[in-house]
Amino acid sequence: MEIVVPMKQTVDLVEELELTDDGTDVDREFLKFVANEWDEQALEEALLLKEAAGGSVTVIGLDEVDVDQTLYAALAKGADRAIKLSGDFEGGLTSHQRAAILAQVLGDMSFDLVLIGVQSPEDLDGQTGVLLAGTMELPHVSVAIGVEPHEGGVKVSQEIGAGVVHEIAVDGRAVIGVQAARQAPRYVAISRVRAAMQSGDLAEQAAPDTGDAGGLTVRRLFAPESGSQAEMLSGDAEEVAERLVQIISERGVVKA
Amino acid sequence: MGSEILVLVEHHEGAVHDSAAELLGKARALGGEAVAVLLGSGARGLADGLPADRVLSVDHPSLERFLPEAYTAALTALVKEREPRLTLVANTTVGMELAGSLSARTGLPLAAYCVGLELEGDSAVATSQVFGGKLHAEVELGAGIASVVAGAFPPAEGGGSPAVEDVAPPAALDSLSMRFLARVEPDSSDVDITGEDILISVGRGIGGEENIELAQELADALGATVSGSRPVTDAGWLPKTRQVGKSGQTVKPKLYIACGISGAPEHLEGMRDAELIIAINTDEKAPIFDVAHYGSTEDLFDLLPELTERLEAAVGAG
Repeated sequence: MEIVVPMKQTVDLVEELELTDDGTDVDREFLKFVANEWDEQALEEALLLKEAAGGSVTVIGLDEVDVDQTLYAALAKGADRAIKLSGDFEGGLTSHQRAAILAQVLGDMSFDLVLIGVQSPEDLDGQTGVLLAGTMELPHVSVAIGVEPHEGGVKVSQEIGAGVVHEIAVDGRAVIGVQAARQAPRYVAISRVRAAMQSGDLAEQAAPDTGDAGGLTVRRLFAPESGSQAEMLSGDAEEVAERLVQIISERGVVKA
Repeated sequence: MGSEILVLVEHHEGAVHDSAAELLGKARALGGEAVAVLLGSGARGLADGLPADRVLSVDHPSLERFLPEAYTAALTALVKEREPRLTLVANTTVGMELAGSLSARTGLPLAAYCVGLELEGDSAVATSQVFGGKLHAEVELGAGIASVVAGAFPPAEGGGSPAVEDVAPPAALDSLSMRFLARVEPDSSDVDITGEDILISVGRGIGGEENIELAQELADALGATVSGSRPVTDAGWLPKTRQVGKSGQTVKPKLYIACGISGAPEHLEGMRDAELIIAINTDEKAPIFDVAHYGSTEDLFDLLPELTERLEAAVGAG
C-alpha cells in the first residue's frame, strides 16, 4: 500500500501570539514552529499500516520553518521517502491554498491512501485533508482513530462522539484525516535523526503555482473576551491548597 | 442566491443532535428562511418537531448512518441546486467532514470553528476560533458555509410541524467506494464519568502516566473519579472512557478540577457547564481560566499533594 503523509509546521501554541500591525494575522517572524501534532499521529498510523500491509510511506512538507527537522525525523522513524516543496510560505497559507498545492503534487504521484492530521490549530477555513479530498474528488473519512487493512482496502475507525465509533470500509484511493494513531507516535533518538540528515535523502521540488485557491479574508484577529475570568488564587502551593479546601467546603461539594 | 439558510440536521440512532435547535435558532435569528436538511433512511419522521420553516428530506439506504461519501454527495447536490444564502453545520465529526467537502466541491468559502455569525446586507460575517481558541478571527463569509461550535448560539425555543419536501437522492449514492461496517458503542464496563459528582481531570501538563497517581490520590481524598483530556487518553495514560470533550464525554459535575489542561475549545465544550471549576495550569493565559471559577498557576506537582493532604485531614476530622 502506497501511503502519502502531508506534514505541516504550525505555530507552537505555548508561545505568546503577537499580532501583526494590521491585526489580521499573527506575527510569524518571531514565533516558534513545530510539527502539527495530528500530522505526527497520521505518520504513526501510516507506519503501522505499512508494517501490517507492506508498501511505502512518503512524507511531503512545504518549506516552512523547521520542516527539514520534521521530514528527517519522519525518515528516521521509518518513512521511505521525504519530499520538500520549496516556495515562499513565510506569510502562512490558508487550508484551501495548502490543499490546492497538495492536490496538484499528488495528481502526479501514484498512491493508494493519504493519511493526514485531522486538523491543525490554523484551520480557520477548514481542515486541509477534507479540502484536499474534495479538490481531488476522492472519498474522505475524518477523525480516524485507526486505519487497518481490510479486504484489499482499509477499515477506518471513525470517532463520532460520546465514545461511539463507526467502522467504515473504504475501497480504492482515499484521504483519511487522522485524529489519533492506534499507538502513541514512536520515539526516535536524535542520533538517528542526525543520521537521516547526513544521508540527505530529502527530495526537493518547487511547489506548483495554484493561483488564488480561496480561503477567507480575515478582517481582524483578537483575543476573545471571556465572559467570566477565573479568580486567580495567589500565594504558594500551601496557601493555594488551603484556600481551595475552603472553597470546596463552602460549596458543600464534600464534607470537609 | 435565495433567502434560504440550510441547516444540516445531524441525527444518530433515531435521535436529533442538540446542535439542530441551535443552528435552526440562529438561522431564524438571522432573518432567513430556516430550512432543515434531513439526510437519512426512513428518517423523515424526525422532521416533526424541528424548529424549521421547511424541511428538505433526502432518503436513501446509504444515508442510514453517517457515511461520509454518501452524505457529501447528497449535501453537495442540494447546495449546488439551491444556492442558499448560508449553509450551517455543527462543528462535530459529521460537520467538520461535510463542511470541508462541500467547500472544496462548490467553491464556497468556509468558516470553521464558528462562534459568531451576522449578516451585513446579504453577506455573512463570521467569527471563528483559531490557534486553539487563543484568538478569534472575524472573516467575510459571503454566502458560504459555517461549521458552528456547540453552544455558540441559543437553541430555538419550541418546535413546529414544518412542511417536508422530498428531494431525490443523487445517482452517486448508488456507486460508493465506502461501506458502513459497524457502530461500536463505548465500553460500558468502566465508570461512567457523566454520572460522577466530582472529576479530577488531567491534561498534557501531568507529564506522564506515572504522574496520574497524583490525581488519583486527590480523587481518593474527595471520593472522586479521574478523567482526562484528549492528549492523555490518546497517549494511553487513561482509558478512552475517561475522556472529557467533544469526541469524548460531556460532563456536568458539581466540581471539576482541571490539572494541567490548557483548555482547547474541544475540551471546554465537554466541561464548561460544570457547577464549580477549579483550574491549575502554569500558563496564566491558558483558555481554561476563561471558564474556570478559580484558578492557580502553581505547579500541579506541588499543589496536588498539598491539596490531597489537607483534604484527607479535613475529611478525616469531619
